[in-house]
Amino acid sequence: MLRGLSLIGGTFSPASTRTTVSHAIGLVAGVNDGTMHLILFIVFAGFCLAGAINLLLQTHPINSALSLVVVMSSLAVLYLLLGAEFLAAAQIIVYAGAIMVLFTFVVMLLNASREERTMGSGVARILGFPAVAVVLGVIATVILRAQGMGSATLSDPITSTEDLSRVLFRELLLPFEVTSVLILIAILGAVALARPGNADPARADRAIAERTGK
Amino acid sequence: MIPLNWYLLLSATLFSLGVVGFLIKRNLITVFMSIELMLNGVNLSFVTFAHQWHLVKGQIFVFFVMVVAAAEAAVGLAIIIAVFRARSTLAVDRIDLMKL
Amino acid sequence: MNSSLHLWLIPLLPFAGFLINGVLGRRLPKSLVSMVALLAPLASFAVVLNAAKSMTAGLALPHVETFGQWINAGTLHIDFSFALDQLSLIMLLVVTGVGFLIHIYSVGYMHDDEGYARYFSYLNLFLFFMTVLVLAGNALLMFVGWEGVGLASYLLIGFWYQKTTAAGAGKKAFILNRIGDFGFLIGMFLLLANFGTLTFSEIAAKLAANPGWSGGILTALALCLLLGATGKSAQLPLYIWLPDAMEGPTPVSALIHAATMVTAGVYMIARTHPLYDRSPFALSIVAIVGAATAIFAATIALVQTDIKRVLAYSTISQLGYMFLGCGVAAYSAAIFHLMTHAFFKALLFLAAGAVIHGMGGEQDLRKMGGLRKHLPITFWSVTAAVIAIAGIYPFAGFFSKDAILYAAFLQSGSGKVLWFVGLVTALLTSFYMFRLWYLTFMGTSRNPEVHPHESPWSMLGPLVILALLSVGGGWIGIEKFSAYLSPAVGSLSLESSTPHLEIILSALAVTVALLGWLIADRFYRANPETPTKLAASVPAGYNLLANKYWIDEIYGVLIVKPLMALSKFVLEWIVDIAILGGIAWLLGGIAIFTGAILQRWQSGNLRSYAAWLAAGVAALLLLVVVPVLLGSHGIDIKRMGW
Repeated sequence: MLRGLSLIGGTFSPASTRTTVSHAIGLVAGVNDGTMHLILFIVFAGFCLAGAINLLLQTHPINSALSLVVVMSSLAVLYLLLGAEFLAAAQIIVYAGAIMVLFTFVVMLLNASREERTMGSGVARILGFPAVAVVLGVIATVILRAQGMGSATLSDPITSTEDLSRVLFRELLLPFEVTSVLILIAILGAVALARPGNADPARADRAIAERTGK
Repeated sequence: MIPLNWYLLLSATLFSLGVVGFLIKRNLITVFMSIELMLNGVNLSFVTFAHQWHLVKGQIFVFFVMVVAAAEAAVGLAIIIAVFRARSTLAVDRIDLMKL
Repeated sequence: MNSSLHLWLIPLLPFAGFLINGVLGRRLPKSLVSMVALLAPLASFAVVLNAAKSMTAGLALPHVETFGQWINAGTLHIDFSFALDQLSLIMLLVVTGVGFLIHIYSVGYMHDDEGYARYFSYLNLFLFFMTVLVLAGNALLMFVGWEGVGLASYLLIGFWYQKTTAAGAGKKAFILNRIGDFGFLIGMFLLLANFGTLTFSEIAAKLAANPGWSGGILTALALCLLLGATGKSAQLPLYIWLPDAMEGPTPVSALIHAATMVTAGVYMIARTHPLYDRSPFALSIVAIVGAATAIFAATIALVQTDIKRVLAYSTISQLGYMFLGCGVAAYSAAIFHLMTHAFFKALLFLAAGAVIHGMGGEQDLRKMGGLRKHLPITFWSVTAAVIAIAGIYPFAGFFSKDAILYAAFLQSGSGKVLWFVGLVTALLTSFYMFRLWYLTFMGTSRNPEVHPHESPWSMLGPLVILALLSVGGGWIGIEKFSAYLSPAVGSLSLESSTPHLEIILSALAVTVALLGWLIADRFYRANPETPTKLAASVPAGYNLLANKYWIDEIYGVLIVKPLMALSKFVLEWIVDIAILGGIAWLLGGIAIFTGAILQRWQSGNLRSYAAWLAAGVAALLLLVVVPVLLGSHGIDIKRMGW
């Protein structure tokens, strides 16, 4: 069956598809492959960053969710540029298509509204931001100094689904099965948690009353 | 010819933005979304390295990360719904019953 | 001919009795308990008799039996060794013989007491320790016995421990004994430092090898040991426990506080006499302490109203005589008096017990009277004892007391003063003993409701035996006695220039005793109001005597109260509040403080948790990356002690 699938996939030859499409766009735009690659990268990396920053800046959660969808989709294209075609498809289908839809549903279900101004956490400001800055700085330093990193080109070989599945279903079969069990447990957990009557406001209020001694 | 360092840099930036979002956002769902952003940043770095060393296992790891993220999203959102039902609020600072 | 006499049996049999009665006594029937308790001293007495027989048959003395090493550290070697010589034989005969009689008496006296088995186990324990004390061949083993008899005394004085007075009296006895034992301990340390050994024979040998060694450190040694002796033998200034010790059962008073334990001090001085012989100053101190105590206690006994208290002070006074005897180096005379005193004082105490028993618990002399009709055997025994203690010829006390007074008189220097003090004390002794005799047995009963009855034969038998000993116990005579003892305690030449001096002094002593009797007769038979009139005319003097010179109160104010205040201050304020409270406060404070700091971490705030997480990650990253980065620049952090 695997062989059959690879035969079908082979007729389309995504490598050729990719190069063909970008080649076509490049021909239209009047640039060659290398520059095309660069432009594609910059555009979609920009979309990623813009979407991420927008997620931070928006106050209404639904806007943040939609920004996140943009990020996910741009990431899918970036995966494609790196030759991970299956992952790109999975990203769109699973992340952008299922997870983000789930988020949107929950936002709508809970009728989430614009964020309120609350007390805020001093620690988060004082300690968190410098920490993040340090993390980013350290990683960036390491990345920029790293030698021996290659580069990506449009003519790099694309990882075929056949290769992926060959490794997945042979060496990593056990983790694969375990993840299916994991999903089952997650489903059960979600069903159990989201049942009505599970979170009783009265119980919570009683707990608060006990705690604060009123 | 994109040096792979740029991909890694982008990945680090996405991760940091996710952490910042975690720190500054006040809505519980948005905080959760920042977590997803962090995961995605990490995924990108995995794919980059898979490309670098021509290892399929890197991409398979991303696959697993996606699976786990999906499961986590499902359960996490169920928890958020339960928390909302109990506390009638989604503000992170109001949900602090676990303090001493 | 040095066959083993099995000396170890002498202490061991009472110890076995102690164990059996102590552990199983509650479950055994009374008869069995009594049998075990009586068998022990009887068997010990038999072994002692056997040893005496061997000694008369020519055993080499001193006869030493060793049971193994105790301490072997460097130059210090101490063994478990028992040494038998004439001195220890006399003591053992007294201890086990009189002890056995008192055990028999106790069977009757303590018959209705619910602590019957406990009593006999303690009594046997006492015998064990006392025999160890007497037989010990070195000072450390003697100290074991010394402490042990103190323990047994504490247990027995406080036998009826539910009575606070009894418990307090036991405690007082033990504490005062301990104060004396401090002196004994220092003495032992000095012995070790100067002689390198604690074995008596070796000490004597070392002293004999250095004939010129006297004074100085030997005086200090002797005085330290004297302190121990005053504690145990109730001399000034540590005598105050003995009157209080009358809270215990009367047979206990007879055995421990008349015949045996309190004589341990005298025995110890006699045992270490080579030491004392080298220090005339220490000997004079011994004599002065003895004489002063004798007259002091006699004056207090004049006005006491409790029958046992009179006897207690009398004991202290007679012990003073023994110390006086030791102080003039007449050790044989002191031991002679120890022996005769054991007979008549034990008899007196046992008879007092019979009287108290017959009167249903009454101990006040003022409420007795006319008992000679109701308790005839007791009466005649007491008469014998009283005449003996007064020192009237030919009863036992005459010979021993006389020997001491004669030796004191012949002592150069202050001898005559000591003799005179002893003489006055003899007068007082005679007076108060006959006072007791008149008030208890003569005249008419002052307490008509009580119908006294004679005691059972278990109690009367020992009385009779002791009475016979009080009569004839001194007939051996001091010359033969001291000749017998001289290998053990040395001999004192009692020659004087004046001829027949001894007879003159003896006649004087007897006259004085008879005078005392006469005065007592006047006071308590002929004109019974005389004592009250006399007391009313010198109220201050009477009060002074009746309150025992307020010595107890003085000690309380001078020593006990400040000590307790100091200890309360130190323990309550310094140790309890400051140190322990401070530590607790500190620890608690640290816990609270740390908790307060750490509490702020657990804010429940999601964002702060995230911030700390991020900080942790940053720190880890720095920790890992920075050395590597710096290393690539050529700076090796690790070598700089990162």
